[in-house]
Amino acid sequence: MKEKKTVSPEYMILEAPREKKFMIGNEALAEAVKRANVDVVVVYPITPQSEISHLCGDLWVAGYIKDYYRGEDELHVMASMMGAASAGVRTFTATSGPGTLRAMEPFACWAGYRLPIVCPIMGRGIGTPANIQPDSVEIFYLLETGMIIFHVESPQDFFDMTLQAYAIAEQPDVHIPVIVFCDGFFVTHTREIVETTPDDEFLLPYNSNLSPVPAMDMEAVPVRMARDCLVIKNNFISYNANASWQQEVRAAQHRARKYIDRFMGGPLEVINPDAEVLLMASGSAAAQARVAMEIAQEEGIDVGMVKIKVIRPFPVAEIAKLCEKAKLIMVPEFNFIGWLAKEIKAVVNNNSKVFSGPNVFAGMTMPPEVIVDEIKKLLKLTK
Amino acid sequence: MDAVKIAPGFEKIMPQEYQDLVNDGPYGRNLSVKDLGTFKELIDEHPLCAGCTLTLSLRIVLASLPNPENTLIVTCAGCFGVIHPQISLHCTIAPFGTHNAFASGLKRALKVKFPNKNKDVISMAGDGGFADIGLSPTFHSWVRGERLTSIMIDNECYANTGGQDSGMTPEGVVLNMSPLGKNFPKIEFAELAKLAGCAYVATATPTNPRLLGQMVRRAILVSREVGPTVIRIATVCQTNYKLSPIEGYNKAKSFESQTFEYFTKEAQKYIESIEKKSPKTELNLEVGVENED
Repeated sequence: MKEKKTVSPEYMILEAPREKKFMIGNEALAEAVKRANVDVVVVYPITPQSEISHLCGDLWVAGYIKDYYRGEDELHVMASMMGAASAGVRTFTATSGPGTLRAMEPFACWAGYRLPIVCPIMGRGIGTPANIQPDSVEIFYLLETGMIIFHVESPQDFFDMTLQAYAIAEQPDVHIPVIVFCDGFFVTHTREIVETTPDDEFLLPYNSNLSPVPAMDMEAVPVRMARDCLVIKNNFISYNANASWQQEVRAAQHRARKYIDRFMGGPLEVINPDAEVLLMASGSAAAQARVAMEIAQEEGIDVGMVKIKVIRPFPVAEIAKLCEKAKLIMVPEFNFIGWLAKEIKAVVNNNSKVFSGPNVFAGMTMPPEVIVDEIKKLLKLTK
Repeated sequence: MDAVKIAPGFEKIMPQEYQDLVNDGPYGRNLSVKDLGTFKELIDEHPLCAGCTLTLSLRIVLASLPNPENTLIVTCAGCFGVIHPQISLHCTIAPFGTHNAFASGLKRALKVKFPNKNKDVISMAGDGGFADIGLSPTFHSWVRGERLTSIMIDNECYANTGGQDSGMTPEGVVLNMSPLGKNFPKIEFAELAKLAGCAYVATATPTNPRLLGQMVRRAILVSREVGPTVIRIATVCQTNYKLSPIEGYNKAKSFESQTFEYFTKEAQKYIESIEKKSPKTELNLEVGVENED
């Protein structure tokens, strides 16, 4: 392959010219992977994620990805990602639903290893009865893994947030993985206009010398990691190591905030924040809330909306502040447990005004009218 | 080798142990088991049980690496989880059973990162790690032809968790999860490895260090050029089998009858080209060479 033109993430994300294309979410994601200059991709089929894995295979054949293979299952694909990222190369993989749950052990390890892996997850139903339809319940399981989590609303978000994920994950003072989550099918298989950067401009290669922990490549100094093992609680250091490392991972999430502000324009998108009713939503629910807000405004109800782009680190202070004035906060979600409402209730002073719902799941649609009806019902109740 | 140096100005403040490793370690010196006692080893203290044959095996393996300065080790939970931080190589612990998947990703990434440099990746775990919880990724790494050396230290039980039967425990043995005696036979691990297409498969014991050392060397060299290689080190956990250290050693010695080597034709040719003679071991063990066509 001929010499690639490489550009900084700042330029690609914030300044590069954009071209409009009509494509589905998975194609938008593949366009982002192509531009991200990825070294190693390991994949495993699961609906609705498989298509991006196929597209990565094409990118490998075309020379845009350096190594690619299908692993044996999600648990071991995510373990292979640990190995590849530990060596100090840029990695990519993706999964869905049951695959996410099968991979939970490596997911809980990635941040602790300080690996800047970027992994989109295309949410779908999990558990019994079997279901492949869109659902965002998986995020609930991922909340405390130490990983940064973005929630995608549209194919455009999928393109942008994946590139933003690499830019943020690889900052030396962050260097933890990013999950780019979308609600399966709604985003992956919906065709929309996506504005992409020039396809002959690629991100600068990953530089493992900037990693806060040495790459596992025997190029740095080999040295005994510890005199006593950390697994056994036989000494003072063992306790301290675990406690300080857990805190360090959370601190890395916190340090990511400045890059979230720089590359993503902050963790929230806020429209009409002083409204009487605030719809707070993420992912596909934000898309439905956007339309519901317009319908309600036409009917003379004072409604605003907050799209939460970043679920971890959770924008605690901003959300608490936004909720101060509103009379009613509604949290529509594409899952049955209402995890986002729980998150919001946990950070708001007077959380009796936060209502979880409407909740739909397992591929049910959430017509904006349903949200509007719910607003009207709740306004009557609160009067 | 530039990595194994002390940065100018730091000579006096680096710990003595580190200075010993840099000045008298095995990096870049092509040492072997017969040199033990004359250099600073990659592991020289351990927190495992007195007389543990796992640590003896590990000591022999580490002394036999053809290029320790470019060797990386992936281990998983178990007694290895306790000992791995003390190995003076880039060495890590993967989630239990995933070591061969981790090692696959690591090896491929190193190939991408250093296309013109050889990096040996060894995945080392116990019998439970390889034959039970990690059988799937182990088998799949072999089938994919990953250029890894898998070294199973088979102590015939889960040791670190307090003595439970594993797939590699012989039938009839009473352990903590086989209170009536294990009721199915030991897994034919080496046969699985051959079936999966491994280029070199061997069984050794730590009681014959020179033979084990030779096998480690062959396995690593074959994994570079031909395909996946496997060594099963047959020992016993004397703690959980309620043996004294010397009884444990003697039990491991009794496994010398299981020692064997298997090469594919391609691996045999490659070893011949390096060793300049037919790869018969010094002890004239049976060498099983399978025709690939």
